[in-house]
Amino acid sequence: MAALAPALRWRNPSALPGFGLSLGFTLFYLSALVLVPLAALVIRPWEIGWSGFWAVLSDPRVQHALKLSFGASLIAAAINTVFGLIVAWVLVRYRFPGKRLLDAVVDLPFALPTAVAGIALSALYARNGWIGQPLQQFGITVAYTPLGVVMALTFIGLPFVVRTLQPILVELNRESEEAAATLGATRFQTMRRVILPMLAPSLLTGAALAFARAVGEYGSVIFIAGNLPGVSEIAPLLIIIKLNENDYAGAAAIGVIMLALSFVMLLTLNLLQAWTASRR
Amino acid sequence: MKRLLSTLFAVAFLTGSTAQAADITLLNVSYDPTRELYKAINTAFAADWKGKHGDNVTINQSHGGSGAQSRSVIDGLDADVVTLALAYDIDAIAAKGLIAKNWQTRLPENATPYTSTIVFLVRKGNPWKIKDWPDLIKPGVQVITPNPKTSGGARWSFLAAWAYALKAPGGNADKARAFVQALYHHVPVLDTGARGSTTTFAQRGIGDVLLSWENEAHLALKEQGGDQFQIVYPPVSIQAEPPVSIVDKNVDRHKTRAVAEAYLNFLYTKQAQDIEAANFYRPRDPAVLAAHASDFPKITLYSFAEIFGDWQKAQATYFADKGVFDQIYKPGQ
Amino acid sequence: MIQLFKPRAPTEDHVLLRWALTLLALSFIGVFLILPLALVFREAFGDGFAAAWTAINEPDALSAIRLTLITAAIAVPLNAVFGIAASWAVAKFDFWGKGLLVTLIDLPFSISPVVSGLIYVLVFGLQGWFGESLRDHDIRIIFALPGIVLATIFVTFPFVARELIPLMSDQGREEEEAAVSLGASGLSTFWRVTLPNIKWGLLYGVLLCNARAMGEFGAVSVVSGHIRGLTDTMPLHIEALYNDYQYVGAFAVASLLALLALVTLTLKSILEWRYADEIAAVHHH
Repeated sequence: MAALAPALRWRNPSALPGFGLSLGFTLFYLSALVLVPLAALVIRPWEIGWSGFWAVLSDPRVQHALKLSFGASLIAAAINTVFGLIVAWVLVRYRFPGKRLLDAVVDLPFALPTAVAGIALSALYARNGWIGQPLQQFGITVAYTPLGVVMALTFIGLPFVVRTLQPILVELNRESEEAAATLGATRFQTMRRVILPMLAPSLLTGAALAFARAVGEYGSVIFIAGNLPGVSEIAPLLIIIKLNENDYAGAAAIGVIMLALSFVMLLTLNLLQAWTASRR
Repeated sequence: MKRLLSTLFAVAFLTGSTAQAADITLLNVSYDPTRELYKAINTAFAADWKGKHGDNVTINQSHGGSGAQSRSVIDGLDADVVTLALAYDIDAIAAKGLIAKNWQTRLPENATPYTSTIVFLVRKGNPWKIKDWPDLIKPGVQVITPNPKTSGGARWSFLAAWAYALKAPGGNADKARAFVQALYHHVPVLDTGARGSTTTFAQRGIGDVLLSWENEAHLALKEQGGDQFQIVYPPVSIQAEPPVSIVDKNVDRHKTRAVAEAYLNFLYTKQAQDIEAANFYRPRDPAVLAAHASDFPKITLYSFAEIFGDWQKAQATYFADKGVFDQIYKPGQ
Repeated sequence: MIQLFKPRAPTEDHVLLRWALTLLALSFIGVFLILPLALVFREAFGDGFAAAWTAINEPDALSAIRLTLITAAIAVPLNAVFGIAASWAVAKFDFWGKGLLVTLIDLPFSISPVVSGLIYVLVFGLQGWFGESLRDHDIRIIFALPGIVLATIFVTFPFVARELIPLMSDQGREEEEAAVSLGASGLSTFWRVTLPNIKWGLLYGVLLCNARAMGEFGAVSVVSGHIRGLTDTMPLHIEALYNDYQYVGAFAVASLLALLALVTLTLKSILEWRYADEIAAVHHH
């Protein structure tokens, strides 16, 4: 490999070849397929100027949709945090027949297409569906309400928490637990003061991933959401509606807002992961 | 002599058929409920054209919400013809220069070969005794209709409700608005398209009455079981006019103008009008309409042009951003 | 009886707790994951195998299947190559901006699929940046195969990279550096040293990438044009059948994709199970 030119001092010299090629290709692919199109998204709202952008942001309907998308995702992430922890715990610590099957099934939301999940969930929770019907007896309606949106988003986000927790749980140092037990702590106390704090960073990471994924979700939610403006209308649908009204700038504006929020989410996530790594 | 004649025939036949047997493809971008209709029409037209000119014509179909389809064509979907739910959606395409501005006068009857109207689909036995528009806002009644922002049929339903209230004895614009507002407060779910609403009503069991295109209601009866639903014709409704047009820029590029124009003209022929009537679209041809009179009850059909003027005005007033529909859905109202 | 009072290890949970949690986990998974899956198959085959088969064997369905397969066949290898290149650059070298690069690579993962489709319309659509010139040259991107492939690539972009970057970072550079110092060329090093180490990560990434590529709905819906028999992928065809009142048909095609999902999961599990030791070895360097 040719000697590095002095201008490339921004990186540490390495004995390994292929830097130029791999980084070059990476940057090219990234720019062409991701960054340039995203630039189009970010630039488009500016057609209507700051005031137009602000008008979109302050539109109650847009705010409702964003609130629903982000709110339901938050609740779904919270549900997944609790149950994801339980599932991961059960998978790592216990033995029972069918455990391997359970482990494999956890990845289903990753592998199942969103549209398939969408029609299945909407049939399941409909008034005459397998789950919807018994719930109806208790007066609980799931389909076409924000509750339905939460159910769909819970489905989507489940694997994130479980898969983030599992490796951590596997490697968890039992010594602290044993120490706590010998010092007289009940299992519950041990759980609360020793184990949970150790799991907290990865729990957060998993929850944040589930949240980020849920916010933009379209295919699995659109069949079960009620789409009533101001009530059960999700943000991605609002983008499509604006698009169909030929309001490209408005659609792009909502897209940019969601993008900005996602970006902040991701950054926080990466910082969290760095913090987790430094704590180990 | 006989041999000469038969040879001449053979030659004529061969040259006649091989000289022009081209393969032509058209794209018809249409709105949601017309799938079945155009399947039948396309087969008939292909046979007709093949008989007259010998070419094989394949017509590809794209279906979706009228507004969405209009947007797709504007974004570059290579439609040769558009057959959409309302004139505004075609006007929008014309505004971008893809269709000539005088498109609506190029074909008979405002470029609308068939019309339709809005009717009510209710559960069998009509438990809520829904007969007329005011019944829709009876306490407890749940109305299913799609979102006017994305569905052409939903816009016609909105306007039909408005027209009813406006033209009712003692009616005025304020009363119309109040009625429509009350109506939409009885709607539990807004699907994006006509089909979505029909599925919600018929399959998912949501709602007590579906506001639907006439042809959709009949199709639902056919496909979903006439023993579960029945159609109620209100005394008054609106005359919905779903227009058609060629997309000038595209047909000129594809060199398919002749076939495309023939295709649209075909929609006015008796053969096509029969197919349309069979699919529960009201044909323009009075003879065909009379022949199918039992399928199309006579009700008072308000004219769109008379009440609302033109689509530019109607769209801007009712369905555009911050229009009447948006105002209805403001929280707290 | 005696077992109930058997002294348990200090880090073991009470047997009742174990039962309770296990049941809770199973019910949660059962309700949220298994039931929807079961419903898909029940609706698909409720009218018998023949009905489902007719729906799948029909021309529009077959071309949808073909389109999905072609899209995946293009998108997945491209993303795999990208994933390898990116993780090579990130894991084996130090440079300024590495963190930013990783964040950018992760970006499509958290963007709404609708937005993912929208951006390509903004660039290649007739009202977008390149639309006019593309049309003048009769090149079709949006509403044709290229647009669908692009949207699919965007959405499944990070899968392989995300799998490989931590893996390769974890594995360090010593082996490669040793190979290079012994005179191996770059390509040879990659092929004989790196690739065997990352093959499981690569396989997982490709499996997930493929599953997502075949199942993508939102993004493709925006750029597809919904032309029956031409630009409908399997998920879009499912929606189309659903809208045509052909529920058995919709669920039949859906069951194909659900089957694919199950196969993906099974393959992943088998790999994890049979090669558990090897995988553990490459993880803990």
